[in-house]
Amino acid sequence: MDHLDKLESRSIHILREAYSEFNNICMLWSVGKDSTVMLWLARKAFFGHVPIPLVHIDTSYMIPEMIEHRDKLAKKWNLDMIYGQDEETLKAGNTFPNGQATHLECCGRLKTDALKNTLNGNWRRYRYNHNKDKYEVDDNREPYTGVIVGARADEEGSRSKERYFSPRDRNNDWDIGDQPPEFWDQYKTDFAPGTHVRIHPLLDWTELDVWEYIQREKIPMVSLYFDQGEGKRYRSLGCGPCTETIDSTASTVDEVVEELKTGKFSNIAERDGRAQDKEDGGGLEELRKDGYM
Amino acid sequence: MMNNKKGDKDLNLVIAGHVDHGKSTIIGRMLADTDSLPEGKLEQVKETCRKNSKPFEYAFLLDALKDEQAQGITIDSARVFFQTDYRQYIILDAPGHIEFLKNMVTGAARAEAALLVIDASEGVKENSRRHGYMLSMLGIKQIAVVVNKMDLVDYDEDTYNEIVAEYTDFLAELGMEAETFIPVSGMLGDNVADQSENMDWYHGKTVLEQLDSFENEDLPHNKPFRMPVQDVYKFTKGGDDRRIVAGTVGAGELNIGDEVVFYPSGKKSTVKTIEGFEEDKQHKVKVGKATGFTLDEQIYITRGELASRADEAEPMVSARIKANLFWLARQDLVKDKVYYLKVGTAKVKARLEKINRVIDASNLDQDESKEKIERHDVAEVVFKLDKAMAFDLAGEIEETSRFVVVDDFEIAGGGIISEAMEDEQSWVREKVMRRNYNWEQSLISREDRAEKYNQKSTLILITGEEDVGKKPTAKALEKRLFNDGKVVYFLGIGNLLYGVDADIKNGDNGHKEEHLRRLAEVSHLMLDAGAILVVTAVELSQSDLELIKTTVNPQQIETVWLGDKVTTDLEFDLHIPEFTSEDQVSSQIKGLLQDRGIIFRPW
Repeated sequence: MDHLDKLESRSIHILREAYSEFNNICMLWSVGKDSTVMLWLARKAFFGHVPIPLVHIDTSYMIPEMIEHRDKLAKKWNLDMIYGQDEETLKAGNTFPNGQATHLECCGRLKTDALKNTLNGNWRRYRYNHNKDKYEVDDNREPYTGVIVGARADEEGSRSKERYFSPRDRNNDWDIGDQPPEFWDQYKTDFAPGTHVRIHPLLDWTELDVWEYIQREKIPMVSLYFDQGEGKRYRSLGCGPCTETIDSTASTVDEVVEELKTGKFSNIAERDGRAQDKEDGGGLEELRKDGYM
Repeated sequence: MMNNKKGDKDLNLVIAGHVDHGKSTIIGRMLADTDSLPEGKLEQVKETCRKNSKPFEYAFLLDALKDEQAQGITIDSARVFFQTDYRQYIILDAPGHIEFLKNMVTGAARAEAALLVIDASEGVKENSRRHGYMLSMLGIKQIAVVVNKMDLVDYDEDTYNEIVAEYTDFLAELGMEAETFIPVSGMLGDNVADQSENMDWYHGKTVLEQLDSFENEDLPHNKPFRMPVQDVYKFTKGGDDRRIVAGTVGAGELNIGDEVVFYPSGKKSTVKTIEGFEEDKQHKVKVGKATGFTLDEQIYITRGELASRADEAEPMVSARIKANLFWLARQDLVKDKVYYLKVGTAKVKARLEKINRVIDASNLDQDESKEKIERHDVAEVVFKLDKAMAFDLAGEIEETSRFVVVDDFEIAGGGIISEAMEDEQSWVREKVMRRNYNWEQSLISREDRAEKYNQKSTLILITGEEDVGKKPTAKALEKRLFNDGKVVYFLGIGNLLYGVDADIKNGDNGHKEEHLRRLAEVSHLMLDAGAILVVTAVELSQSDLELIKTTVNPQQIETVWLGDKVTTDLEFDLHIPEFTSEDQVSSQIKGLLQDRGIIFRPW
């Protein structure tokens, strides 16, 4: 088995453990490369099926291509697609692009709060109806007790502290100092009522692993990752107003892989273009404690 | 099997050792000296130090978290990546503070090699030994000892040699040997990436040279095939009628056409296909691969069984095990408490039966009188399990000999099984496994019958003291279900006694158990035929039920205790304290069957 085979098998093993051990489970899909690889791994784990609902947190500021790509794959792969959003904040317009909130406040509402309340069922969920080809309000508001997330350890300091199965308590808190031990392919799959577990099948993958896997498996990616002739592309995806492009002429997966291996980005952190990481010394970590992915 | 592609030689590395002996410094130094830091990271950390008026230290590179810097100790097995010209390393940073042993275990269990750091100025400490012991239990075979902070002892050769001698002796007691000892200064960089000029008496490898000479662990290719069953999938969407046994191959390999046997049930079938998604058709699947296969026959198996090959050594099956165990939880491991044991994908209730001895991991002292196992103890124990599971022994197949203990929702300890011990059900189980192994499979599956008869085949055991109305209830229930159109049968014990059991003599050793075994075997046949079976028995005990469960699938048994006085330890499903009338009581039992989805409940 080569390096990617090993990563693939471990991730599939974790996905299957999660599916078997949790009754009410979902997978977060941001439409970005990492969670799309994870979705692909789920199709492998379950032999072409995806028996787990996919949850997307739609801030309404997502780059439009992302929503298009999401719905295209949802149809093509017959996905159980769900989205949620912070409808109140959006209605009131208290967002960063409106000048009514800082970066962190905006992320805190549109991403963290929306995620928390979509997962616990307090806010409305919208589910894709394949027959009618549209999203409808979902009757099911049961809280998810297992949430599969595409975080990678190499992305950022706080993520390197995660477990494959990482518990969150009633308040969604993450006790970094007191995490469960994890060894011999045995994970924390028992949990007290009211708590839930985040599951991270991609924890061991690096950015380059992800792209090399996309290349090997020919996984369809949203076009934003590739230069469309203007010498710019996204390296990491998020909300339009807060995510910068990078100068790059890589227009295919092969070129992205080559660029990551040898080019000018081989030494620059991936999330360099993400504003919320910089605003305060521990920005992402604080967000993560609050439930940010 | 080396090739030059980076990635295939990746090595998981753990850094262990006592608190403040300099593990994080060594890692930070290795990251910096191999140019493995992302651009901006070093500057970012230096900037944070400047803001906080703290001198920069290499250890800070790892302390990416705020609260961690406040505490000044590494609190989790953070994964850190770095590269030499030869390969990539994934460091699972094992912290030294005693509070955090469970993090160290998390890191170390996945490592192929370990660096154990000892402070030259402090010498061998409690956790230097404890971590050494844990590494041996976790199965880490390649260890290099780094004697750090040599600058603080003026690069003194004698100090170094004393530590080497002391720690070599300690490892020898564990039956281990270090690959090498290296004198270094993480702070100043001596012998980390570059040969030190301050220790001309040392001619061995630098830390990086030693890392590059560690070998990649080979997966257990040449062992008997083992695959813990994660699940059996049947996704019907899009007309998919495959029934796929899924899992990750823990050892050996499997081919299409191989006969597979699942333990502890002993059920057997032949591999029809090896399944995958968007990949070429496979005829063989090897160790390490997350896979799935279909079978020629529709045998009923579930998560937790261990798949093996009929032509290879079979695993052990027992409900009593002897094991070496380490305990990580704040709560003690005690007798008379129910825990869960997880081996592979099996999870069974377990009780601590006996503590043979407790070993102090920091000095290897033994205590044979302890009545409980405390946090960070290592011990040899006997567990009694609620039902049998399949496993291998340590030293034969490591992957399937390892278990964890779950206490109050948390993984509280881990261990390796050293012996499969006799238990009360052993004699029955052997018969059952032989029966399953040789079972002639019909063309009609369990599901087919359930669909046809509109019911799940179930054994209903009605028990209680004598003359509380068990038999009238059972007969009334049979009639009620029969009138509903169910396939149901009341099996009177007497009907077995003088026929099937005619050769058993009362007074024979174990005659009661043999009666029970035959009752259970007859039940098994009738359940296989799809029936709901109603049986009465006087004062059934938990061990009686366990014997029956060994023979009949526990998920297909419902127990009812009739009468207000409960006289045995039976854990029943339904208690009916008062026998009002057979009509009413049988109606209550029917309600139970509806609750459990055994028969349909109209709305």
